[in-house]
Amino acid sequence: MNTIPMSYYLVLSAVMFTLGAIGVIIRRNPLVMFMSLELMFNAANLTFVAFSNAFGNANGQIFVFFVMVVAAAEVAVGLALIVAIFRTRHSIDIDLMNTLKN
Amino acid sequence: MENATTTLYFHLVPLVVFLPLAGLVINLLIGKKLGEVVSGTIASLASGAAFVVACLLMLSLRSNPEAVVVPFAEWIRVGGLAVDWAFRVDTLSVTMMLVVSGVGTLIHIYAIGYMHEDVRLNEDPGRFTRFFIYLNLFIAMMMILVSAESYLMTFVGWEGVGLCSYLLIGFWFEKGKEGTGNAIAAKKAFITNRVGDFGFLVAMFMIFLQFGTLSFSELAHVSAPVGALGTVVVAGIGLFLLLAVTGKSAQLPLFVWLPDAMAGPTPVSALIHAATMVTAGVYLVARSAPLFELSPVGPQAVAWVGTLTALFAATIAVGQYDIKKVLAYSTISQLGFMVAAVGMGAYVAGMFHLVTHAFFKALLFLSAGSVIQGVEHGHHHDPHADHYAEFDPQDMRNMGGLAGKMKVTTAVYIIGALALAGVAPLAGFFSKDEIVAFAFGKNPVMFTMLLLAAFFTAFYMARQVWMVFFGKARTTAAQGARENPLVMTIPLMVLAVLSLVGGALNLPHVETLGKWLEHTMEGLHPAEFNWLVAGISLAVAFTGIAAGWFFYGRRSWQPGQSDPMKKLLGPLFTAFERKWWVDEIYNALLLQPYKDLSAILAEPVDQKLIDGCANGLGRMTGWFSRGIGVLQNGLVRSYALVILAGVAAILGYLILR
Repeated sequence: MNTIPMSYYLVLSAVMFTLGAIGVIIRRNPLVMFMSLELMFNAANLTFVAFSNAFGNANGQIFVFFVMVVAAAEVAVGLALIVAIFRTRHSIDIDLMNTLKN
Repeated sequence: MENATTTLYFHLVPLVVFLPLAGLVINLLIGKKLGEVVSGTIASLASGAAFVVACLLMLSLRSNPEAVVVPFAEWIRVGGLAVDWAFRVDTLSVTMMLVVSGVGTLIHIYAIGYMHEDVRLNEDPGRFTRFFIYLNLFIAMMMILVSAESYLMTFVGWEGVGLCSYLLIGFWFEKGKEGTGNAIAAKKAFITNRVGDFGFLVAMFMIFLQFGTLSFSELAHVSAPVGALGTVVVAGIGLFLLLAVTGKSAQLPLFVWLPDAMAGPTPVSALIHAATMVTAGVYLVARSAPLFELSPVGPQAVAWVGTLTALFAATIAVGQYDIKKVLAYSTISQLGFMVAAVGMGAYVAGMFHLVTHAFFKALLFLSAGSVIQGVEHGHHHDPHADHYAEFDPQDMRNMGGLAGKMKVTTAVYIIGALALAGVAPLAGFFSKDEIVAFAFGKNPVMFTMLLLAAFFTAFYMARQVWMVFFGKARTTAAQGARENPLVMTIPLMVLAVLSLVGGALNLPHVETLGKWLEHTMEGLHPAEFNWLVAGISLAVAFTGIAAGWFFYGRRSWQPGQSDPMKKLLGPLFTAFERKWWVDEIYNALLLQPYKDLSAILAEPVDQKLIDGCANGLGRMTGWFSRGIGVLQNGLVRSYALVILAGVAAILGYLILR
């Protein structure tokens, strides 16, 4: 089994995470923000799996399952919220959701 | 009583407290439905039953004269302090019980008649029952005071009678000068008494500190502590107890509340402010005799305070026009005699005067009440009187010539006045003479002052009798006065008989009371009957009466006339009239600075400083939160950026550490 160096996984993961973070910050569409969030989750998952493989320890992989489950649940709640907000405000622009400011 | 198998009734002693309480509860629950006569009778019976119990106790003590302690309930157990609810039956406490319940019962009966009129004159008949509830409560509290076995239990009664005094002075709380006069008088009495109570409390603390107990039985045999600190503490106990006495027994400098206390209905003045409650101070000194004997400071201070008060108050009584105020200052003066006596160590003489004074002063007050109602009756039935004009039925200048209209009242009043003036062989002569004779051997200055006070006593009583009962009626109200019903006059007659023969309690060389009290108080000095002193004091009494006749009897007082003494004494009489300006001096020295201080504390300190601090804190919090509220700008993406920056910062710190 030809081994891909560990650093490759970590660099890829870092790039994915950064892209996700930038996406969350600069986009105004909550759907896109969710996708960016998902990108950050998966960056973290990739790191988990890489380390799990490198050290021969299954804990990292178990963590990944947990993260996936939580992410799925979070998306379900989030999408429901977005639908509800859209119904009342006819817009899902995240910058307009500021009625609780100050 | 000779046979040794006499039944002993000591275990009945809790009843002296609980019988009046039972009367109170009955009247409290169903008194309003019972009607005036029944409710008054229940109250009188409750007090009378307590008197019967006291008599049984006396009989038991005669066959078995040593003090008996009857435990009743466990009360306080804290650390080294153990105070139980226990009753002490000894000759001293039973003497007080007999006086309180005996005189109290007579006054209850009298009050049935008096309050019947009084509630109608004051236009609130619903308050009749309330009066008797308070009166029963007072008897119960007074019984706790005198039957207590420890200082703490005495203190409970001490406070309780103070409360009853407050409630009864303010019985017509919405009446009086400007509609608040009575309420203010009640408040004054209560607050002045608090000053004395403070002394009682501190004395109790010191007693416990020094001797480790508050029980009378255990304190009876304590010995004087050694060392400088012990001496100071023992002297302090005496002085603080004296402060308590000056409060309750209206001595200098705390006597100011008693004259104002006359705002209460007259039976209250007779029961509480003449016969019983105010003598609690005298009882306290007699009860604390073992402690007072430990240091010469306390007794000497007590004797001087008493002597000064006796003379001081007697001079004020000369210049008063209100029939009850004269008697009030007379009471203060007579209490001064008693306090002086117990201070000098003449405990028997002091207690003797306490008992006889209870008889004749209760008699005088009740007769004064009878006079007032007679005059008020005349005023109300005068068709020509202006019923809206201010008319004072207590002002002696509005009276005169009542002797023909109120025969019984006049007769008993004169008996009471003669007894108070110290004319032999009435009650007051023997008791007062015993005090004066004791002072004769002890201290010539005190002796002279007490004699002078006795002279004034005879003089102001003569002045009062001639102003009220003789001469011509000066108002139509006095002209229309009529005698009161039997329910009021019978107690007067009983008290008059007691005032006539009360001296027999402790006749010279027989000394019934002295031998009786000997069982309780050790080392009593036997009273010496001194013919010289007796002659002098009798001469003084007659001179006083003669002087009173010379100024007030020879020519009868004319309407609108000023006091004949005014020409003779000038500014001195004005001082008597204005009560030596004591109220004004207290007002200027204590009340006004206090009010000024309160004003300062209220306006600049409380409203500006303290409220300013509180409001300033609130305002600062507002500013601060408005400042950081800017951060909550409602932009989710900026929150995310802050979170990211935070995570980066923490991670950076963890990595670069």
